[in-house]
Amino acid sequence: MNFMASKQPENFLLGPESDSQRTLYPYVTGTSVVALKYKDGILMAADMGGSYGSTLRYKNVERMKPIGKHSLLGASGEISDFQEILRYLDDLILYDNMWDDGNSLGPKEVHNYLTRLMYNRRNKFNPLWNSLVLGGVKKGEKYLGTVSMIGVNFEDNHVATGFGNHLARPILRQEWHENLSFEDGVKLLEKCMRVLLYRDRSAINKLQIAKITEEGVTISQPYSLKTYWEFSAFANPAQGAVGTW
Amino acid sequence: MDLNMDLNAPHSMGTTIIGVTYNGGVVLGADSRTSTGMYVANRASDKITQLTDNVYVCRSGSAADSQLVSDYVRYFLHQHTIQLGQPATVKVAANLIRLLSYNNKNMLETGLIVGGWDKYEGGKIYGIPLGGTLIEQPFAIGGSGSSYLYGFFDQAWKEGMTKDEAEQLVVKAVSLAIARDGASGGVVRTVVINSEGVTRNFYPGDKLQLWHEELEPQNSLLDILSSPSPEPMNI
Repeated sequence: MNFMASKQPENFLLGPESDSQRTLYPYVTGTSVVALKYKDGILMAADMGGSYGSTLRYKNVERMKPIGKHSLLGASGEISDFQEILRYLDDLILYDNMWDDGNSLGPKEVHNYLTRLMYNRRNKFNPLWNSLVLGGVKKGEKYLGTVSMIGVNFEDNHVATGFGNHLARPILRQEWHENLSFEDGVKLLEKCMRVLLYRDRSAINKLQIAKITEEGVTISQPYSLKTYWEFSAFANPAQGAVGTW
Repeated sequence: MDLNMDLNAPHSMGTTIIGVTYNGGVVLGADSRTSTGMYVANRASDKITQLTDNVYVCRSGSAADSQLVSDYVRYFLHQHTIQLGQPATVKVAANLIRLLSYNNKNMLETGLIVGGWDKYEGGKIYGIPLGGTLIEQPFAIGGSGSSYLYGFFDQAWKEGMTKDEAEQLVVKAVSLAIARDGASGGVVRTVVINSEGVTRNFYPGDKLQLWHEELEPQNSLLDILSSPSPEPMNI
């Protein structure tokens, strides 16, 4: 066997890992992002956790960032790849600004760029290991889209990544409606985030909610949600059935 | 256990590394064990490596990978300093480490903590774990021994410590990790960086306090036997 530092056992079918550049697995990851359209624009929520496997290692990671004047990007998955995507977008926005023509990239265009970026990397078997949520408002038009690490992209009235798809989307399908007020939108997002906190092992109780409207982007300060544990069955779960869990 | 296989295993620093900010600068700390499988190849390594006069890096993971990354970054920073005409900032050093770590993520296995002082931002600590994420933190822990320190830091860390408080915290933490992590051991090394300069410190095992089920080191059993047996209690 040749003495190179390949970190994984070499699979007969895959060939030596050192031959090709491909991202194999994520290291530091963010969990769900949830977003919805409301009366004045888009509301998006994400917690501030960066997990390292099963360890909740980083608790101050900002997973939502403004892009240009009209967009907001939220990401789950590998944080280093998200940081790289932000750099690509910096270049894109700079290029757009340098035209100095009064035009600026809207959320639909940024979403399209990200879709191409993710899909092209997927084709080279070297994905950016993220699920992205891109929301924004331009000239009164609200836009909310998502792109996955394999390039699957679509837009909808509400989107989520990861666990959010399983736990938050059903709630949103029931309770979302056109022209939600800011307060109702926030409460709805918080309902989703609370469920994720109960049921997602990689969730932490420190989140931010961001809003984007025609005026611009606001990302809230980090805060924590109250949780409810006072169900009588919780106090004595084994009462009727000794040994149960 | 296959001794042959282990002695040829890559040198790895199962390690404990720490970086902490305080009001005025940073304190970096590390243990000194480098292992090749089960064998301790170096019991007095120096894992806190200089990048510039004012920026140091704590290395963990593969010894080879971390040495090469820090060598390249030292080289780039040297050129950068000449071109810039003044000391490099901690942020630039950290970003260079990030570039190498991120762009070679498939081949490298090293987690680094960059710490230093510059005139613009003061004392700063940046963690760069596997994968190449760059994350600025008031304190950072890394290496295999850090698993045992998450709870400790959650409880013991506070903002705005003095230089001595910060150094004592670092020494205590590395010492606790050494007690429980087989891959960490030896001495505790610290490096304090502030506006006045850089100070290296060295804490050999016998200078550290004893933890649970650790005994005072003796020269020999014979000393224990020859000393008078303790008086019975007068209850």
